[in-house]
Amino acid sequence: MRGDARSMRVLAPRTPAEASRALAADPRALALAGGTDVMVSWNMGLLNGRTVVDLSRLPWRRVRETKAGLELGALCTHADLRRHPDVRARFPLLAEACATVGAAQIQNRGTLGGNLANASPAGDTFPPLAAYEAIVRCVGPTGRREVPLAAFFTGVKRTLLAPGELIESVLLPAPPRPWTRSLFRKVGTRAAQAISKTVFAGLLRVEKGAVADVRLAFGSLAPTVRRLKAAEEFLRGRRLDAEAAARAADLLGLDVSPIDDVRSTREYRLAASRGLLIRFLKGD
Amino acid sequence: MIKLRVNGKPRMFRGAPFKRLLDVLREDFRLTGAKEGCGEGECGACTVLLDGEPVNACLIPVCQAAGRRVETVEALGTPEKLSKLQASFLERGGAQCGICTPGMLVAARAHLASGGRPDDASVREALAGNLCRCTGYQHIVESVLAAAKGAKKPAKAKRPRA
Repeated sequence: MRGDARSMRVLAPRTPAEASRALAADPRALALAGGTDVMVSWNMGLLNGRTVVDLSRLPWRRVRETKAGLELGALCTHADLRRHPDVRARFPLLAEACATVGAAQIQNRGTLGGNLANASPAGDTFPPLAAYEAIVRCVGPTGRREVPLAAFFTGVKRTLLAPGELIESVLLPAPPRPWTRSLFRKVGTRAAQAISKTVFAGLLRVEKGAVADVRLAFGSLAPTVRRLKAAEEFLRGRRLDAEAAARAADLLGLDVSPIDDVRSTREYRLAASRGLLIRFLKGD
Repeated sequence: MIKLRVNGKPRMFRGAPFKRLLDVLREDFRLTGAKEGCGEGECGACTVLLDGEPVNACLIPVCQAAGRRVETVEALGTPEKLSKLQASFLERGGAQCGICTPGMLVAARAHLASGGRPDDASVREALAGNLCRCTGYQHIVESVLAAAKGAKKPAKAKRPRA
């Protein structure tokens, strides 16, 4: 079974309100942005006979400065974000993550909003967005709302989005003070075109010799991206030495629950993640 | 009806708007350079340029290419007059079975034409979305680097033909 183009109905709304209405009117309608996920399923013949609402004409492909931080339009591609000077300078972990998504062909099409809406447990941009405490701005038939990233995902391939609700943009709040260090690492079978076995983003601020703020986020270790709340709490206010790093890493299992699957094993995921965490905390 | 520019010429497509760009190019426009490998955006055999950027034509419904510029491997050169990149692939064993070659050429052309660095690591990253099961990549990378050495600087060339 292959995709049958003649079975598809395509709508190309010009405004967000039209797009929302079209999606709300038909619960089986598909929102299409860059197509890097939708078209894969469609090519397999899984989406024949559906209505497609093509969002690519909506004016959501821009990055702009707001009072609170940087607002990234949902239709920004991964390529847009990896080369954007403000994203690179102020939210470098996100730029690095975007550079590891697929390869050039996927980065040129796949969008930030599409990646979020698809809600894969392995989304490469999610650990940086979780660490930066991103806010997802949604717009739908009942108006606008802002959802913290931590609440946006409700499970594997599941989000809080209501029927007809769309991701308009993602807000990255400016940090109060610069980070002492930060790290993004993706572990996959190869450098490009890989879905991660584990993917990490860490932000750390040390003041007067002790941890003032620390944010640790992993993807691919649970149904959704996870912050390591137990490890973060343990570290806050503490001097960072090898022992503290090892003890924080011992708490990893309290916030994640990796599984054995086609890409890796629970055991490997935990061991590799523990290694990434200790390396980041020790700063070597 | 969908209007687009393909290899510099205005083209019109009358048919299902959700037909894949890859199928429109191959079946309707008879441009069979771009190949279907995996049909899921992993292999890059269907790589074409959309407004100058490499994309997988198997993941784009033609309606999303409306009003845009599409370039396929056929825009690079002809058998009589090969581009530098094509000649270099031939000379250095950059092509073996040939299935990945159109996608490799198009991705390499995008890299060089956009001012991408002609060094090993940059070329490997630019071609990371293109799989080859014959060459082991070494001769492909060497072919691109050799063509880049002979190419004019993108800033000076009017329209660099990679």
